[in-house]
Amino acid sequence: MQELITRIKELLADKTVDRAIGWRAGDLGYNPEPAYFNSVEDMDNFVYDGFCGANLSKMMIEAAKLEGKTLVCLKPCDTYSFNQLIKEHRVDREKTYIIGVGCKGKLDPRKLEELGIRGVTTVKGAELEGDCETLKFDTVYGEKECAYSDLMLERCHVCKGKEHKVFDEVIGESKDTSTGDRFDEVAAIEAMSPEEKFAFFQAELSKCIRCNACRNACPACSCRKCVFDSNKFDSAQKANTVSFEEKMFHIIRAFHVAGRCTDCGECSRVCPQGIPLHLFNRKFIKDINEFYGEYQAGEDTESKAPLTNFTFDDVEPSIVGERG
Amino acid sequence: MPINNEEFRPKIVAFCCNWCSYAGADLAGSSRLAYPADVKIIRVPCSCRVNPMFILRAFEKGADGVIMCGCHPGDCHYSTGNYYARRRMTLLFSMLDYIGVEQGRTRVEWVSAAEGVKFSTTMNEFVEKIRSLGKNVRLEDLRCRN
Amino acid sequence: MLKMPKSNMTALFRLINENQELFVPVKKANQVNFGLWDDEAEVSLETLKTVKSPKDVFFPQSETLYTCVKDGKKISIKPEELASRDFVVFGMKPCDVRAVDVLDRVFLTEPCDSFYKARRDHGTIVSLACGEPSVSCFCKAFGIDCTEPNADAAIWLTEDSLYWKAMTEKGEKLTETVKSLFEDADAADEEKLDAVKETTKAIVEKLPYSNLSLEGWNGDALTEKFNSPVWEELYKPCLACGTCTFVCPTCQCYDIKDYNTGHEIKRYRCWDSCMYSDFTMMAHGNNRTTQLQRFRQRFMHKLVYFPANNDGMYSCVGCGRCVDKCPSSLNIVKVIKAFEKQEGDK
Repeated sequence: MQELITRIKELLADKTVDRAIGWRAGDLGYNPEPAYFNSVEDMDNFVYDGFCGANLSKMMIEAAKLEGKTLVCLKPCDTYSFNQLIKEHRVDREKTYIIGVGCKGKLDPRKLEELGIRGVTTVKGAELEGDCETLKFDTVYGEKECAYSDLMLERCHVCKGKEHKVFDEVIGESKDTSTGDRFDEVAAIEAMSPEEKFAFFQAELSKCIRCNACRNACPACSCRKCVFDSNKFDSAQKANTVSFEEKMFHIIRAFHVAGRCTDCGECSRVCPQGIPLHLFNRKFIKDINEFYGEYQAGEDTESKAPLTNFTFDDVEPSIVGERG
Repeated sequence: MPINNEEFRPKIVAFCCNWCSYAGADLAGSSRLAYPADVKIIRVPCSCRVNPMFILRAFEKGADGVIMCGCHPGDCHYSTGNYYARRRMTLLFSMLDYIGVEQGRTRVEWVSAAEGVKFSTTMNEFVEKIRSLGKNVRLEDLRCRN
Repeated sequence: MLKMPKSNMTALFRLINENQELFVPVKKANQVNFGLWDDEAEVSLETLKTVKSPKDVFFPQSETLYTCVKDGKKISIKPEELASRDFVVFGMKPCDVRAVDVLDRVFLTEPCDSFYKARRDHGTIVSLACGEPSVSCFCKAFGIDCTEPNADAAIWLTEDSLYWKAMTEKGEKLTETVKSLFEDADAADEEKLDAVKETTKAIVEKLPYSNLSLEGWNGDALTEKFNSPVWEELYKPCLACGTCTFVCPTCQCYDIKDYNTGHEIKRYRCWDSCMYSDFTMMAHGNNRTTQLQRFRQRFMHKLVYFPANNDGMYSCVGCGRCVDKCPSSLNIVKVIKAFEKQEGDK
């Protein structure tokens, strides 16, 4: 982390960049917040550790409107989102200085409760030094410990890889955290009977409180005005009124980002009700791969997205029934 | 609850493109070919105009089945509209299947202006299929229930 | 004070449920929220904080107010019926109970909200003392003692027993219906319970936010806080989602909308969030056009405007849900601390 701070200070001092976007240390040791750093002095409370899970690429949409160059710290998976934003002309590559930061898997403080760890006051082991094997906690109920990977976000267990797709320089080491195939969960649901599928999604989606955190955190959801905020349609339902609205919202949201979603996993990370929203996006990615050939959004800035493209001999929609 | 097919009259929404399928429906009518009155046609400029939200809205407001008809691939009035529509509907239908909506409630059929017979048989088949599936409960909005 | 073995819990729920509805913290799809109890419900009283606060038993996230039905050329209006069934909310935490006081201030002062009032009249609150407070808790800063619930009836859980004490008339009435399951607690029991309370209080003292200072936050601080430059930096990570407002036990803003069902129009109200771009949107447009203004609104409302209009009562109760749930790790504590720091620097 020190190397990263020193380098950002250098770049701020010699005016290569006018500001930096990174994480500011929180007051609990596991709640850093995304923040702007406008000067070398600001950098005092800069932090980059295992709890810096937020994808900062979307903040560049606003930052690109500012005068001068902005430095942004992007993890490997965030660079896919950034590429996608370049492709959609939402950010300005020329006005961005990207430091690719190393990643050894990001942590989800909300999992603490599940692991029976409550009242954490300080954390040791999330500093990204060495192999990141164990986390040690001082809590008001005594000392606790868990494996680093037990507290990791779901997305890190099925990581796309630790290669930065766009950067000016890379600082910090990465460690492969992938232990499974990201489509396994989707395949498991596909194998269910329609009744089971429906019961599963009904249970998950009925928790939705329509807070829109998934949408607002999503780097692909970059519309200036969302269709669900438009008061010209009755699609603008703020509340999760009875049984239908949440299905509508989540299917349409996933559809609107289909072919553009890089599977960064922010939607699932931010959901206050822990709804596995990535299951919608991954289903579309899996289908796109199967029907129209492998496609990874954000891998480049040139390729045509699957839904703005076609071939004459594409599969017919009836394939859904024929597939069995 | 067992469904009494005698009584159940499904509500079907058919999105038809202006240039082929709507004309096909017209031909079916002028040729005196019968298809069930349960089918309500909504004319759209091109099958590509059909937003996935239209389909979900139709279900929400009480449709039991939704069918989209457009020009045959290669014959689109705007050259390529139906190719895009085809991809969209494939993905949407796959998603609906994924969340547990019965297969067969949605369908895409390419019907040209000359295919009045095809239009009528397609609609007959589709209505029959929806009758066998029964009422749509998985995608309905309880507020809209009569 | 009464007591019963913890193992009798299901019998207690069944007994309460005999004549009225019962809301308890229920685990569904891995998350605990207040929901209706039935024999299959997976009750989780150990959960410290339900994701959503229990405010929606009194003030649901959305509710229909009336329905317009068209009959030929005539339009008739059918008002929604008011709640008429008694219900019990079991296991509300002391902070959430205080939050109901906040809501009462809003909805029960004239003009009184009849929908809310009907639910308050029919609802009995059984509040559960906290056993294992978490780091995000700061109810102490608002003068709440999490070991002494103050509702219609109070309950405490120890290793093997449940202690019960009626506090109001409604509570007495409920106690009568469940009395058969309880026995009287003796002095030894009370001692045991006091020891448990002391342990919890000792933990509360150790919590990092417990001694949060609210100095300077009151109704008089309006212009000074409103114009502070601190907001400029603070709001930036805000995603403008409604998580904080929707999990909050005291947020009470709502929007009124119409829904066309195809054969009638339902006018309903639903929770609104000051974080949303169309918050308080009017015909002339929006009076808070930037996220900074909307972000500021939330905290000014809780810590300045509300106390100004309600004898100094804050509309935050320190439940800490926003601390746990904000996707950007922003929260009211960080706001209070940022102001403290800035005022210290001056």
